[in-house]
Amino acid sequence: MAKRTLPLNKRGFNFESQMWIFTRLSALGMYLFILIGIIGALVMGARTQMNMADVIRWGIMPQISHVVNTNVTDTVLWESILWKLTGSALVLLAVSHGVHGLVVIADDYIASKLGRQIVRLISMVAMASFTFIALYIVWK
Amino acid sequence: MGLSRNVNLAAGLRYKGQGPMLTFVLHRIGGLGIALFVGIHLLSSYFGGTVGQAANAIYESWSFQLVIFFCALFHAINGLRITILDLWPKLIPFQREAIWVEWAVFIPIYAIAAWIIVNNGIAG
Repeated sequence: MAKRTLPLNKRGFNFESQMWIFTRLSALGMYLFILIGIIGALVMGARTQMNMADVIRWGIMPQISHVVNTNVTDTVLWESILWKLTGSALVLLAVSHGVHGLVVIADDYIASKLGRQIVRLISMVAMASFTFIALYIVWK
Repeated sequence: MGLSRNVNLAAGLRYKGQGPMLTFVLHRIGGLGIALFVGIHLLSSYFGGTVGQAANAIYESWSFQLVIFFCALFHAINGLRITILDLWPKLIPFQREAIWVEWAVFIPIYAIAAWIIVNNGIAG
């Protein structure tokens, strides 16, 4: 069986370790929010004539402009604060998970210190921009 | 920074990582595909107008949907496997079996979706 080479208290818990665990937990968080979106749609009357595109729309970003073309009885329900908060939480998890993933990939191919600093700067700008735009779309 | 590579590209391409390496590569490609799609989708939603319509035309095409659905579905299923194995390290010896299960879940779902996407795409 797999054995850890170092106990947890000796391994340290630096930024890289924190982002490693964050990537896993944010993935689980996104699965949870996707499930909440689909269950929410079913609770709000989406029970017949479902197709995969509709299910994906309910699961990923459950907000009014995303579900308006799907088979739900009343789209007004999706304008509630609950779904805006759910959408916002999904945005924050997805953007941070995604941008960190892009940084990890870039780090594997860019070895210089300056190159990595540039990647980090770009990633911070991208994260702020995408978060702002996505939250604006959810809350407008 | 101790980051210099000790293998060249040709040696890297000959690396026989087999199944786990394939999932590693596809996970990265999937992540990049999702980032590309979400980026285009967000910008088209934000700007709207002719720019938004042009972006919509890209990701509404059936060929793009085939690719992006592969990326999203594989990334999601493989990510779940990685998360489960990493959070419960006692399961790591069963990594290859987990990968087989992953393909057994992925292939039928993707095949059905791809069939529907292509059918709808060709039929208009």
